[in-house]
Amino acid sequence: MSDLAIECRQLVKRYGDLVAVNHLDLEVARGECFGLLGPNGAGKTTTVEILEGLTKPDGGQVLLLGQTWKRRGARKLRARIGVALQETRLPEKLTVLEVVRLFRSFYPDGRSPDEVIEILDLVEKREARVGNLSGGQRQRLALASALVGNPDLLFLDEPTTGLDPQARLSIWGVIETFRKGGGTILLTTHYMDEAHRLCDRIAILDRGQGIALDTPDALIDSLGADQIIEFPTNGFDPDSMRNLPGVVGIKQRGGSTRLRVKHLGQALPALLKHAADHGVVLESLATHRATLEDVYVHLTGRGLRDG
Amino acid sequence: MARRGRGKPTHPLYELTLARLLEFWRSPGSVFWVFIFPVVLAVALGIAFRHKGADSIRIAMVGGDAALTQTLSKIPDFEFLELTEQEALDRLHRGRLDALIDAGPDLFTLHFDPTRPDGDAIRLRLSDALQRSLGREDVATISEEHVTSGGGRYIDFLIPGLIGMNMMSSCMWGIGYAVVDQRKRKLLRRFAATPMNRAHYLLGFMFSRMLFLVLEVGLLLIFGYYVFDIQVQGSILAVWGFAIMGALTFSGMSVLIASRTENTEVASGWMNFAMMPMWLLSGTFFDYHRFPEVVHPFIRALPLTAVNDSLRGLINHGESITSLGLEAAVLALWGTIAFFLALRFFRWQ
Repeated sequence: MSDLAIECRQLVKRYGDLVAVNHLDLEVARGECFGLLGPNGAGKTTTVEILEGLTKPDGGQVLLLGQTWKRRGARKLRARIGVALQETRLPEKLTVLEVVRLFRSFYPDGRSPDEVIEILDLVEKREARVGNLSGGQRQRLALASALVGNPDLLFLDEPTTGLDPQARLSIWGVIETFRKGGGTILLTTHYMDEAHRLCDRIAILDRGQGIALDTPDALIDSLGADQIIEFPTNGFDPDSMRNLPGVVGIKQRGGSTRLRVKHLGQALPALLKHAADHGVVLESLATHRATLEDVYVHLTGRGLRDG
Repeated sequence: MARRGRGKPTHPLYELTLARLLEFWRSPGSVFWVFIFPVVLAVALGIAFRHKGADSIRIAMVGGDAALTQTLSKIPDFEFLELTEQEALDRLHRGRLDALIDAGPDLFTLHFDPTRPDGDAIRLRLSDALQRSLGREDVATISEEHVTSGGGRYIDFLIPGLIGMNMMSSCMWGIGYAVVDQRKRKLLRRFAATPMNRAHYLLGFMFSRMLFLVLEVGLLLIFGYYVFDIQVQGSILAVWGFAIMGALTFSGMSVLIASRTENTEVASGWMNFAMMPMWLLSGTFFDYHRFPEVVHPFIRALPLTAVNDSLRGLINHGESITSLGLEAAVLALWGTIAFFLALRFFRWQ
């Protein structure tokens, strides 16, 4: 049996002229938490739906837990995966327990609804109608309906989008527990902190193509810089800063310039002196540790939220 | 109920059916339209069109002498009103007087509306009364033997029609609208991502409809029996048989309409488009035999006509099931074709 939970080769999906997924290769090992990171429209959701067997690709192969989405065996394969789709609105008039029971009934083997409700901290809301749940509770219920079939592989499409920090933390905890129990997870997100915290490896998607793939730390390390200095561009010639000590790279975006620097202690005084020498007033200046977003900006020249 | 989160997993068909029942039961609006509204309609129409045997014919006279007035005012079932000519003509035009007798020296003129359903009866009874009061003798003796056939009143006609119409609209809305709404909510797609047997999904809808059907049909039958003394003349089993066939047929049509769109407005439009002709033509509120004979075959080919005709035949006229072969065939054909196409076109996303 293959050690890979997900294997896809040269995946292609077109919608008219738009190429949503463009010759994508992915390999996700069993027991791994794998993240697809990218802005809206990067092809994350389409990719996930192809992997889940909900959308047919126009080209390429998909192997899930060593099997293809052939008509025969598809139901057996579905019994081994759990899915929380983006924007599923569960029936408003049913209670939490009724929804979990409904999903449980579809699976030959699974966990008891009460057990899953407890894991997702919904015991108090057990008899509450879906229509009366908060966003975070609904998302936890979506996760409960994905976990109740006791899956080997969990697909989570933007599991915490739009949730408050508390709700996000609680969902992250559930995902980490599932992973510790040996489960494989494929999640999509456009939150860098989420990807960084949860994922063993990340593929960054841009316009349907994988443009980087590694562990979160390795991706950040690939910038060759620990820190980012950001300030308004006005009056500066970017090339004049390239030789400042500690500066690894320069990117201009919108009205601001980002310096990737190795040693902030070296680069910052040099930058300030450089500004003073050229008579430029730095109206604002910010520094932060390099994040996955900086990796994305570095690779594409656009921000994650620019879309 | 408290511990039903544990223990053996339940059958998906049971859960899907239960989910539909609960969702419906928890929507007060749907419950009203499916269960209460038809009964309210039956009461209102039953009262408006109750058999009015006791209603008298309102007449007035201009000219004529006191003796004639005296005679006319004594005819049973006639209400004689003292009016001036102007008042009388005025009332006649507004339908608040049934006939006006203009008594000339040697000519009586009757003013009345011959296009009214009872126009002929008014003319005959009035001229008969006038002739007798002026001395005409009967030349033959006629005795009367009264026969009251069941199912002749308007309410008898109405109740089976209401059952049929209600069944049609509750299937359309209860299944078609709900499926489209679930597609719109991406719930269909979510179900498609589970190992759920896809036939179970539609069967869950059908089973829950069948359970509601028992209530819908039962309620109107019981109500008709107790309030309007409508007795099922034919086989009650056959009534249920045709009710179930009708519900299956309309379910198939509603699934077909709901098979692709994810827009509830579009689905509503198509459902009204499918139902409107049947509301008008299929003889729910009035007999379709009033339409020209040439269109009768088309009307009889409509599924609601088949339901209405078969239920009327069974409930009102005690027809046997063997005389309803055409109706059964019409329903089977519509149902089979609709389900076949619906399953072919059905889209989960």
